[in-house]
Amino acid sequence: MTVISHITCPVCGDFCDDIEVTVEDNVITDVKNACAVGAARFLNYATHRRTKPLIRKDGELVEASLDEAIRKSAEILADATYPLLFGWSSTSCEATRVGLELAEEVGGVIDNTSTICHGPSILGIQDIGISSCTLGQLRHRADLIFYWGSNPWDAHPRHIERYTMFTEGRFQRSTWRKYVSRLGGTVTEKRLQRTANLLLDHHPPTPIETGQGLPYTMFQKKRKMVVADVRKTRTAEAADYFLQVEPNRDYELLQAFRMLIRDGELDVEEVAGVPVELLEEVADVMIGCELGVFFFGLGLTMSEGRHRNIDAALSLVRDLNQYTKFLIMPMRGHFNVTGANVVFTWQTGYPFAVDLSQGFPRYNPGETSTIDILRRRESDAALVIGSDPLAHFPKKTAQNLIKNPLIAIDPELTPTTLMADVVIPPAYVGIEAEGTAYRMDHVPLPLKKIVDPPETCLSDEEILRRILNEVRRIRRKLN
Amino acid sequence: MNGERIDLYICDGKVVEKVDERKAKVIDASGMMVMPGGVDIHSHIAGAEVNAGRLLRPEDHVKDVEAKTAVTRSGVGYSVPSTFTTGYRYSRMGYTTVMNPSMPPLEARHTHEELNDTPMIDKAAFPLIGDWWVVLEYLQDDRIEECAAHVAWIMRATKGYAIKIVNPGGLEAWGFGRNVAGIDDSVPHFNITPRDIIRGLCKVNKLLNLPHTIHVHTNNLGRPGNYATAIETMKCVEDLAEEDNPVIHITHCQFCAFKGSDWQTLQSGAEEIAEYVNQHNHVTLDMGQVVFTDTTTMTADGPFQYGLYGLTGNKWVNHDVETETSGGIVPFRYRRKSHVNATQWSIGLELALLIEDPWRIYLTTDHPNGAPFTTYPKVISWLMSTVARKKMLKRISRRARRKSLLPSIDREYNFDEIATVTRAGQSKALGLKQKGHLGLGADADIAIYNLNPKTVDPSIEYKAVTRAFCKPAYTLKGGEIVARDGEIVKPIQGGTFWVDIKLSKPWEPSEDLKLKFREYWTVEYENYPISEDYLKASLPIRVEARI
Repeated sequence: MTVISHITCPVCGDFCDDIEVTVEDNVITDVKNACAVGAARFLNYATHRRTKPLIRKDGELVEASLDEAIRKSAEILADATYPLLFGWSSTSCEATRVGLELAEEVGGVIDNTSTICHGPSILGIQDIGISSCTLGQLRHRADLIFYWGSNPWDAHPRHIERYTMFTEGRFQRSTWRKYVSRLGGTVTEKRLQRTANLLLDHHPPTPIETGQGLPYTMFQKKRKMVVADVRKTRTAEAADYFLQVEPNRDYELLQAFRMLIRDGELDVEEVAGVPVELLEEVADVMIGCELGVFFFGLGLTMSEGRHRNIDAALSLVRDLNQYTKFLIMPMRGHFNVTGANVVFTWQTGYPFAVDLSQGFPRYNPGETSTIDILRRRESDAALVIGSDPLAHFPKKTAQNLIKNPLIAIDPELTPTTLMADVVIPPAYVGIEAEGTAYRMDHVPLPLKKIVDPPETCLSDEEILRRILNEVRRIRRKLN
Repeated sequence: MNGERIDLYICDGKVVEKVDERKAKVIDASGMMVMPGGVDIHSHIAGAEVNAGRLLRPEDHVKDVEAKTAVTRSGVGYSVPSTFTTGYRYSRMGYTTVMNPSMPPLEARHTHEELNDTPMIDKAAFPLIGDWWVVLEYLQDDRIEECAAHVAWIMRATKGYAIKIVNPGGLEAWGFGRNVAGIDDSVPHFNITPRDIIRGLCKVNKLLNLPHTIHVHTNNLGRPGNYATAIETMKCVEDLAEEDNPVIHITHCQFCAFKGSDWQTLQSGAEEIAEYVNQHNHVTLDMGQVVFTDTTTMTADGPFQYGLYGLTGNKWVNHDVETETSGGIVPFRYRRKSHVNATQWSIGLELALLIEDPWRIYLTTDHPNGAPFTTYPKVISWLMSTVARKKMLKRISRRARRKSLLPSIDREYNFDEIATVTRAGQSKALGLKQKGHLGLGADADIAIYNLNPKTVDPSIEYKAVTRAFCKPAYTLKGGEIVARDGEIVKPIQGGTFWVDIKLSKPWEPSEDLKLKFREYWTVEYENYPISEDYLKASLPIRVEARI
């Protein structure tokens, strides 16, 4: 039995690096420090995995040797005129580097999953710029924390504990006590409400009348948290103040804030369902804080307005820097989606949707992005790595994806691997293979190898390297 | 050099006395000019901020693309080229060694990943140490030796090469959106001034015997009147100099040689700085020349970049790094008709021409802040030809022209001096003994320019000079022909230098530091250092420290 500590957790964009695991006979038996999602990953990753490569023959996926699968993949890519290489957010930077070389070699389009999540954030940044930081800066200094359209309590479970509200910094203290007392209040309130509803036979429950104005905690010189969302999430319950935005009206609200912090007057009663008087108070709190931070998630990037929402949020934060220090950060999902953007950018100059079919990188989201290419049925083959587009893409694009040969490098049993023509299960990076990945704030950390992979499973990097060599061999032969 | 004709022998990547001529490959470079491969002491080519610059500027990339060839990878970029393109373009210009001068230590792994993907050149990176909390705490208690041991650990952990100080104290203040006003202003939350930081780290540098001096980006950079700060910064380490050895490098000096009380009254402070430098041996500088073009400014100086955003209204990136440093990016176009930009252009050249000793001032554009490195040949032509300078002077803002000192300067660099400011001087300042010369034992990094120094008069034929420096006939790296007539013929990896410091007694980080680590950073102590095998081609330089 060995205990290995300081492991990085290959799950979400928080990429915690203080995990401790216990290994017995090449099996992980215990995990400490991780959140529920992380622990489940370490303990159960091998439960439903595949270990043998598969090739589709006469409509059936049948087991094949690794060499066969690699040769078949290389043939598909070498034959294709406009292949699509998609995924990259759940693998190491080393694998992505080889992937870019492969995309260049086969003259295809390479795109990562930010095309369907934080792509609009990137477009926003390319318009406005971004005032950002690493997460430790917030631990030490932030006294106003905004979560907009993101729910870290569920999606990044240790975010609040490690980087924002419940962490001790040099200049700011943790507010966990405040939270515990509020939690008590919330629970009691909910119980009373439920009892009252039962007794009075009120359905559905009437919302509790909150008092006018912001709670007093918002004006204290301590850390405070504001959540803006369309529904009251667990994160919102933990917040000092919750702004309930009407769905798809984020843009209006953000622009209203921009106006208010410039001392503009709003000649309406409410914006996006929030009374203007309250907005004025929140704007004052923003201006008055020592250091504020604005985290945003897919609630902002994928609701109506897309990158225009992000433009507004980035501009708001930039404008606030006239008065105080304000920073902004996208809440990235996969543990290495940031890394995929980073590697794409240093090799090609562009963070996603890179078309290499003309021999040099081209970037035009809307034209060279995966969804658009598939919708127009332009690609004639695809390689998917560490992603499940069939489960997540719009129906039409998913249908077009499987009309052409599809290679999936993924150990999991997913709709994509079920429909693929070649399936190569790799070693799990961060558990069975080493590498590098980038936390959501661009801090690079090592992915570690804790246990040995099954003999038939190579790392993503090695698989891609072999495919690349095989493609080159086929090309040489043709010439 | 000097038009002298010699035979040069190379074996196993080194310059040697003699090889067997029958077996050797012969390059006929008669009528050409042979120089050691170019060395660049300050060029932002890799790392977190450069990459953020790439991400920020698709409009910069789309106008300048490089297609894949049989031997090279594709890429893009005018002012912030992608990594492969950076390597190729340097090599095609005859450069073989480039220093990446600002590496946020927490993101050092990123810098090295990019350097691994930057082929053709040897490179190194300077970690930013001037606002590192632990260092500030040691220095405020005057615990120089412990600080030195800690810096030795930083160098090993980040695989760094030299101590980089950017706006000391100012970046810490920027954490809360403030700045420091000068070298004697106190740093918020610390009992220390920028002067203490510079002096302290200068002492640390000497204790550790590092090959390069401290590499300083001064306080108040980019503000009118800052030439005084630059002179004070140089003065503050005057007494730490031993013999004639430099102890401080003031980088991109053009940006800190502004005289005047505001932008309206801006004029050149180059004369004062040159006067000081001519009288003192303890300082080296690089130009940070401006060329009129569209570029991307990026520094670790967060407050400066915010100021630049305020001036231009262009898109702005800020990136603060916990307990260590900050960074900022703003796209910028230098305009001939802007009197400020034109004055900046003039200041850079004035510095290079008024400082008498070419071994102490080096040619840089602070790529990409003053201009992309691909403009070096143009800068060379201005240094070598009064005609070229006059021609540009005619085209710049009238106000700037009236105030410029250039019309009164007749000095023209000769090829020997150009070789000094583009390679020999820089490698000497960096302590790279095997680079920047072609003596026995030197690395066979060679640039052969299609230009006969005997027959060409650079003062008049400056265009021919520019052309020759743009496209050397041959670039040799480690004795191999890697580029020919502006084409890459053989891609190579190129190594990464870092200092491997030997302390007299092995220093292990105390439990105290490990505890502090959890408090100060959001990563574990064990995950911070980069192991040597992470570098694709590691070139450690052994250094014996005095402690």
